[in-house]
Amino acid sequence: MDTLYIIAITIIKTAVYFGILMLHVAYATYAERKIIGHIQLRLGPMVVGPHGILQPIADVVKLLFKEDIVPAKVDKTIFKIAPIISLTAALSTFAVIPVNKNWVIADINVGLLYVIGIAGIGTYGIIFSGWASNSKYAFLGGLRSAAQMVSYEVALGLSLVGVILMAESFNLTEIVNKQTEYWYGMFLFPQIIAYFVFVVAMLAETNRLPFDLPEAETELVAGYFVEYSGIRFSLFYLAEYLAMFSMSALATICFWGGWTAPPILIKAFPILEFVPGFVWFLIKVYFHIFLFFWLRGTLPRYRYDQLMAIGWKVLIPLALVNIVVTSIVKYYY
Amino acid sequence: MGQDALTQRYLPVLIVIIISFIIGFSMLLISRLIRPKRPYTLKLTPYECGIPSTEDTWERFNVKFYIVALVFVIFDVEIIFLYPWALVYKKIGFYALLEMYLFIFILLIGYFYAIGKKVFNWSKE
Repeated sequence: MDTLYIIAITIIKTAVYFGILMLHVAYATYAERKIIGHIQLRLGPMVVGPHGILQPIADVVKLLFKEDIVPAKVDKTIFKIAPIISLTAALSTFAVIPVNKNWVIADINVGLLYVIGIAGIGTYGIIFSGWASNSKYAFLGGLRSAAQMVSYEVALGLSLVGVILMAESFNLTEIVNKQTEYWYGMFLFPQIIAYFVFVVAMLAETNRLPFDLPEAETELVAGYFVEYSGIRFSLFYLAEYLAMFSMSALATICFWGGWTAPPILIKAFPILEFVPGFVWFLIKVYFHIFLFFWLRGTLPRYRYDQLMAIGWKVLIPLALVNIVVTSIVKYYY
Repeated sequence: MGQDALTQRYLPVLIVIIISFIIGFSMLLISRLIRPKRPYTLKLTPYECGIPSTEDTWERFNVKFYIVALVFVIFDVEIIFLYPWALVYKKIGFYALLEMYLFIFILLIGYFYAIGKKVFNWSKE
C-alpha cells in the first residue's frame, strides 16, 4: 500500500474518531455534574438549554474567551508546554483502542505496552506544571502526583500481566478475541483480583476521588493547575477526562470482553446478536465512567500515608499473588 | 514482518500523535486571538490565599518522594521483564515458571527490605 494512502486514510479516521470522542468527553463533564448533583439531592446545571443540556458548549466558549494569566515568576517555557504534553499524551492513547471489530486507527502488535507507555508520559505534564508554576500549592500537588502516579503505575502494570498470561498477546484486538473463547466471554471472572487492582489503580492514575490528593480542593485548592486559567486550564481538564475514557476503555477491553457480548447471553437471547459491537463497548465504558462519578459522590478522600500504604502494601502484593496463581493454573491447562 | 509492513502498522501511531499535538496547539492559538490580555502586578503574583508570597518555591522537599521514585524504577524494570515473559510463557513452559518465581523471590527480598526500612510509611511514628 502507498504511504500517502495510509496517511490520508489515517487522518480521516482520526478526525472522525476524535470528533466523536470530544463530544463524548464534553457530555461526560455534563453527566458528572448532573450525577453528582442528583447524588447530593441537587439538580446540577439547569440554566443553559433544557435541563442544562447545552452547558458543555457554553463552558467551552467561556473558557476560550477567558484571559490567560501567566504569573510573573513562573518558568515560562515549561509552564506553557505542560498542558500540551498532558493533552497530547491523553489523546494519542486512543490511537490503538479498538471500538468495534476492525474499528481502530492503528492496529499494532504492542497496543497494551503503547497505552501504558503513553499514560506514563502524561505524568510529565502534571509534574512540569507543578514545578513550573512556582506556587507552593502547585508544587506540593505536582510532587504528590508524581509519587502517586508512579506508585500506582506499578500496580496497574502488574495487574495487566495476568491478562497477558491469559491472552498471550499485547494486541488489544487479540485480547478481546481471546475472551470470546470462554463461555462467559470475559477475563473478569478468572482475573477478578487483577480487575480489582486495576480499578483502584485506575482511580489513582487519573487523579480521581478517593485518590485525588494532587488536587485536593480542601488543602491544595486545585493542586498542580492552581496557577492555570482559561484555555490552558481547560486543556488539563480535557486531559483528565480523556484519561478517564482511555482507562475505562482499557478496563473494558482487558476485562469485560470489549465489543463482544458474552456467548452465553447470546445463546440465551439470540436477538442480542443484532446489537452492534460498539453499543456493547459504549455500555461497558460508560459503566466504568459512571463508577468514577459514583465513587466521587460516595467516598471521602484518603490521607496521603494511607494512599501510599494501599498502593505499595496492598495492591502490589495482590497483583503479584494474582500473577503466581494465574501462571500455575495456566501451566496445568 | 517486512520493513514496509512495519511502517504501515506504526505510521498511523505517529500521525495520531502529531494530530493530538496540533489539536492542543490550535486550541491555544484560537484562544490567543480572541481572549483579552490585561495583566497587572498583583494579578501576576502566585496564588497564596491572599497572603503575600514570602519565599521561592523551588527549594528542598521531603526525601521520601525521591526514595519512592527509586523503588519505582526497580519495580518498573520488573514489569518490563514480566511482560515478555507473560507473552511467551505458554511456549517455554516449566522453566519459564521456575525462572520467574526465582526472579519474583529475589525482588520480594528487596521489597521486604524496603518495608523494613519504612520507605512506604509516611506518618511520623
